[in-house]
Amino acid sequence: MHNSRQRSFFNRLFEAPAIGKMAPGTSLIVYTLLLCWSLVVLFPLYWVLITSFKSAVDVNSGPVYLPWVDFQPSLHAWRELLVIDYEDTLRSYINSIVIALFSTTLCIIVGSMAAYALARITYKPKFGNILMFVLAMIAGCYVVWKFGVDWKLSIAVAVAIWFFLVRSIGRFFTRSVGNGDILFWMISQRILPPIVTVVPIYMMFQNLRMLDTHMALILTYTVVNLPIVIWLMYDFMNSIPIELEESAQLDGASRFRTFWEIVLPLAKPGLAATTLLILILAWNEYILAVFLSTSKAQTIPILVSAMNAGERGILWWSMCVVIVIMILPVVFMAVLLQRFISKGVLLGAVKG
Amino acid sequence: MNAPRRRFARLSEWLDQQSSTLFITPAVVLILVFSIFPLLASLIIAFSRFRLRAGSYQVRWVGFRNFEKQFFGSEQFHFLGTFKGMSLFGWLVAVLVGVLLLYWLYRYCRRQFWWLGFIGRIISALMFFGLTLLFCATLLSGHQFGTLGVTLFYVFAGCSLQFAIGLGLALLCAQPIHGRNFFRVIFFIPLMITPIGIGYAFRMLADTSKGPFSPLWQWVGLGDFSWSTDPWAARIFIVIGDSWQWIPFVFIILLAALENIPKDHQEAAQVDGASGWQIFREITWPQLMPVAATVMLIRLIEAFKLVDLPNIMTAGGPGIATESMSLHSYFAWRSLDLGQSAAIAYLLLFVTVVLCVSFFNYVVIGRLRNSAA
Repeated sequence: MHNSRQRSFFNRLFEAPAIGKMAPGTSLIVYTLLLCWSLVVLFPLYWVLITSFKSAVDVNSGPVYLPWVDFQPSLHAWRELLVIDYEDTLRSYINSIVIALFSTTLCIIVGSMAAYALARITYKPKFGNILMFVLAMIAGCYVVWKFGVDWKLSIAVAVAIWFFLVRSIGRFFTRSVGNGDILFWMISQRILPPIVTVVPIYMMFQNLRMLDTHMALILTYTVVNLPIVIWLMYDFMNSIPIELEESAQLDGASRFRTFWEIVLPLAKPGLAATTLLILILAWNEYILAVFLSTSKAQTIPILVSAMNAGERGILWWSMCVVIVIMILPVVFMAVLLQRFISKGVLLGAVKG
Repeated sequence: MNAPRRRFARLSEWLDQQSSTLFITPAVVLILVFSIFPLLASLIIAFSRFRLRAGSYQVRWVGFRNFEKQFFGSEQFHFLGTFKGMSLFGWLVAVLVGVLLLYWLYRYCRRQFWWLGFIGRIISALMFFGLTLLFCATLLSGHQFGTLGVTLFYVFAGCSLQFAIGLGLALLCAQPIHGRNFFRVIFFIPLMITPIGIGYAFRMLADTSKGPFSPLWQWVGLGDFSWSTDPWAARIFIVIGDSWQWIPFVFIILLAALENIPKDHQEAAQVDGASGWQIFREITWPQLMPVAATVMLIRLIEAFKLVDLPNIMTAGGPGIATESMSLHSYFAWRSLDLGQSAAIAYLLLFVTVVLCVSFFNYVVIGRLRNSAA
């Protein structure tokens, strides 16, 4: 008797009252878990935020949790970084903004052009030509390594010879690769860990005297993020109805004009989501910046980690100020743009 | 008067003719200059001893010496780990895995045989067996493992944790709840936060004497325990930090996939009295699987690159316990040993490519094909 009553109570607690509704017990569990995870997400951020208002004593003497209750918030770290010693902070901040914005713009333009081209135009690069290109490059590298020729000259000569060979014997090759292969080649670049390529890139920029400039970081970030853009936008370009473009082309619009005035506006939701993602990646990038920037082009992540190197130990409060001002714009942007994210824009590409 | 305009018209006509080339050239050139050339150059550096001199450099061909050093020479403990004989348990596991791999190859040969597929499978099997041997000889025999093992630990522990929690959160959020958008935005936030910030924030949180959880630690009796001096605690903390950042990524895509699944099958099953677990296993999971496999592929690729969190949280310490291969290569670069740095980076590339391509070929493609059929 007792047992059956208990079960009926249990049943009532966990049996959905109607389709598309949750039982009271289930909903209690679901909301509890969701709130718990919200705490897990928000607590580290809260801790960073309040640490930025703490004095050194408050940080070093043990944990204090609530401003005005168990410690007196002070703006000393904020004042030090934003008023007294603002030059360093401001410069890194502007560097970060410039580099992130320019590299994202470049990446989106180049990437969506390539994605559009791969979705619409049939390419048939000859297999033999690609092979010759690789051989020419290897020969160029060998010459540099063996005879100490200037690498720029050697590469230029190799490209010129390759171009000549393509024009002369290229037409005898029959096997060619298709769009799918090109797409795969471009996307697969993402597998490359940045550590593999960054040393030669460092040496290349050193040779060109471009180390520690904005340009170096912008170009490198662009290439690192390019595969993502191509991959996400390719799917989007494919989903745009081709009839619109065809009618525009019948009306005599050039391909560039079609791309600019018809395709890009139609791809806006995808562009927004992709831009957001790339912007975040470029804004947060650390290891490439460590290699390629020292002082002039120093970005914010480098400034944060530089706080570790002081003689007074880690200046947690200053570091937290920088982290907060670094996080604020992206979080703000994410909240504004969340409808693009929540539409599942990124899903299309993942479904492959 | 008309000539410039005509010239312009001719130019734009020429541009239009060349448009198919012009559209794709920038991307191709950028990729060639910034990843293919550096890749070749890196290969050359990996086979040479490289010295930076004031204003110039000097290169000397040393063959496989840089790689030899990692596998058999003075850097073996650093890259692979310490070997001091293998325990019986280690041998048992290694033999078991070897037999399973042979059976897998045998089954492939019996069912369908294509020489390229066979070679690919042999490479995968050898790689997997080598990693198993490494695992058995170091971890299962109680010896320390090197940066390769640490990287693999980050990859597999991190990816499993992220997948489990990300899927769980997505399932919770897919319930008919109020404020789904609110939770979605909140849960998305960690993805936007710089890894550097996360590294330092978690360092503060993990501090057992001054961090927010120190009363808890003291209560448990671990007040004097410092996680940064214990290899496993440090590794696990890095995995937690990394997961905190990347769970949102898995979550957001799986949630979108869940919302895309038509509701009528689930509702029909519910009417027929299927339990929640049955609905998930029989209806939701098969439809979710292709997306889940692809998301995990992306995470796998990114997880191999992990470098900033270990650098910030522990600087690779204690000893070399938390050093990932990227960090190992970075440290080698910092001590100006470019040859070794490039060799380690290449080994990382090799492991990454073989594991990711294997995962793609044996898991992702199969799932995608199943869903298409």
